[in-house]
Amino acid sequence: MPVFEYAPAPESRAVVDIAPSYGLFIDGEFAEAADGKVFKTVSPATEESLSEVAHAGAEDVDRAVRAARKAFGTWSALPGSERAKYLFRIARIIQERSRELAVLESLDNGKPIRESRDADLPLVAAHFFYYAGWADKLAHAGYGPDPRPLGVAGQVIPWNFPLLMLAWKIAPALATGNTVVLKPAETTPLSALFFADICRQAGLPRGVVNIVTGDGSTGAELVAHPGVDKVAFTGSTEVGKAIARTVAGTRKKLTLELGGKAANIVFDDAPIDQAVEGVIGGIFFNQGHVCCAGSRLLVQESVQDELLDALKRRMRTLRVGDPLDKNTDIGAINSAEQLARIRTLADAGEAEGAERWAPECELPSTGYWFAPTLFTGVTQAHRIAREEIFGPVLSVLTFRTPDEAVAKANNTPYGLSAGIWTEKGSRILAMADKLRAGVIWSNTFNTFDPASPFGGYKESGYGREGGRHGLEAYLDV
Amino acid sequence: MSEKSEKHDERLSVLKTYKLFVGGTFPRSESGRVYEVTDSQDRWLANAPLASRKDARDAVVAARKAFGGWSGATAYNRGQILYRIAEMLEGRRDQFGHEVARAEGLSRTKATAAVEAAIDRWVWYAGWTDKIAQVAGGGNPVAGPFFNVSSPEPTGVVAVLAPQESSFLGLVSVIAPVIATGNTAVVVASETSPLPALSLGEVLATSDLPGGVVNVLSGRTAEIAAPLAAHQDVNAIDLTGAGEALAKELEIAAADNLKRVLRPQPVDWAADPGTGRLLAFLETKTVWHPMGV
Repeated sequence: MPVFEYAPAPESRAVVDIAPSYGLFIDGEFAEAADGKVFKTVSPATEESLSEVAHAGAEDVDRAVRAARKAFGTWSALPGSERAKYLFRIARIIQERSRELAVLESLDNGKPIRESRDADLPLVAAHFFYYAGWADKLAHAGYGPDPRPLGVAGQVIPWNFPLLMLAWKIAPALATGNTVVLKPAETTPLSALFFADICRQAGLPRGVVNIVTGDGSTGAELVAHPGVDKVAFTGSTEVGKAIARTVAGTRKKLTLELGGKAANIVFDDAPIDQAVEGVIGGIFFNQGHVCCAGSRLLVQESVQDELLDALKRRMRTLRVGDPLDKNTDIGAINSAEQLARIRTLADAGEAEGAERWAPECELPSTGYWFAPTLFTGVTQAHRIAREEIFGPVLSVLTFRTPDEAVAKANNTPYGLSAGIWTEKGSRILAMADKLRAGVIWSNTFNTFDPASPFGGYKESGYGREGGRHGLEAYLDV
Repeated sequence: MSEKSEKHDERLSVLKTYKLFVGGTFPRSESGRVYEVTDSQDRWLANAPLASRKDARDAVVAARKAFGGWSGATAYNRGQILYRIAEMLEGRRDQFGHEVARAEGLSRTKATAAVEAAIDRWVWYAGWTDKIAQVAGGGNPVAGPFFNVSSPEPTGVVAVLAPQESSFLGLVSVIAPVIATGNTAVVVASETSPLPALSLGEVLATSDLPGGVVNVLSGRTAEIAAPLAAHQDVNAIDLTGAGEALAKELEIAAADNLKRVLRPQPVDWAADPGTGRLLAFLETKTVWHPMGV
């Protein structure tokens, strides 16, 4: 197979102007943390410091919640059609500034520019556009004639899709008339701070959106704050459980979007080339930093060899490196901490007897990198089949009958997504019916849309984001 | 019973041994314990089983075993069975009127009204089984060449702490919406008034409801609820029958496997129940498929 050489094709950094430092965005203004604490945000591809960001403590979180409370009365009393127009403005400004935001996201997060440009940013704008339209149609959403907002929403989001997760949280919250305090992830605070500037450009009333940057302690302050009426969290199952305990016995409504260990099931009649593309996209999209990643490949025994050969051939063509290079398929691992976790689990895979394979692949000398990796001979008892790795590591298991595939796919405390590859329509529907997961991708994987509800069964969390269903999380119903 | 026993010149009445309802059968508590159930004037009514944590675990096993079949039954079939429960209850209206009157200290008229409302509630939910999916799901207009449809599915095994006050109408109002959509239930009856719930088991057993779909336990709510809230094979918990402090404790325990939690809230059991309790124990599944020729 010929190997093509690619000249570097880097996207220009000049479109984005990162300030040397950022404050917290509270009540429409940027301010330092009360105790003056700051932290650095680093580009995971180069380990260079991008900016210094304020670290919000209890006092700052309290101020942000109060600002959101103060803004709630006016904001919730606005006619829905007026709230809609603010959200439409935001959607449009995001479209206008999408190249700048895509580059920023790739810098701060490490994801390939091809993905931030072609997946994240279009979905961010679409999400605001979608929920903007709901703001004056809530009476028709099936939640009664006059569903009311909850009040102040405390929202904590992860580092894997920083701006997209912000959109999933803020757009439905504002459309329904809530005000928000949002805590972006510690390693990816910048796009949320740029979003604060978009709120300014859109003329959004002060206090409707507040951004408090910090680490897990800031998030814990926010979800525990008695002035918060609604908590929405996307992140690890472990933290999700801690939050569920925190809000127990309070009035706070809770939605959680947590981990996954999705099965991507390939039957012997599947079109192999399409399935391979789906498997590759399922696990290597966004470096595998995807809660719904297809991290367990379940392949029918009779096509195992053929599929694995094709998969390895395809993996050899994946280009790992500079996130800003338009040819890059796999960017940087988001943090040193995450890299260590991926290494620990991959090592456990080897230690427990699975066979490790990765294409030859030169990794940059600075930054955090992990080559796309495949494990065969994986059993259901192996840690790499049970635990969420959240990296570019695929565990391959086999099955003989559809019943066995269902049993293995469902043999996990998670239930976020699953994939089915077969040409037989009745088999797709029967499998989709039996898989205990919130999103079933058949002959496709990792497709997203603001109109399509997303969320998990079991320990993958509760509540749905997207679509009409996504409104419920922010309404008093 | 008490009325009859007063006429002891005729005959001595036969008292009923109240038993649990688990997996379609009527066991005593494995612990061998009972507790005294009295009416509102403190007169002895019966010795009810004082269920243990082992009974709770057995009930979860029965509910899990029944889940595949019940959730896999057609919505039409579930509706037929829920309607059958109403039919069976209609024939036992007097028995339940009598039991509810004694349990809650109501007049016979008020007790009969509560029983009739409970029967009508089964009919209401019987009609919901094959409609809720159209109300709660549907096609999604995604921006791409995909078929995309969302449908509700039952959450799984639901632990239900029945309301303490409304021993029958409240009880039926929390059980019916859980099983209408295909969940299976482990129900903890009202602690002080468990007898109507235990008698309901006899009705469920003769209504074509598969064994294990509803399991009824009587005893101390706090004692039985704790192992249910912490159980790793229970998917959701309805805390209606728990007081504030117990509800918080159970919600914390429920977080261990992220059970869906319905917090206690004031409910007028006689009012139109709406769809809230149906929706509380449903998961939304969204299926994608590309379109193309």
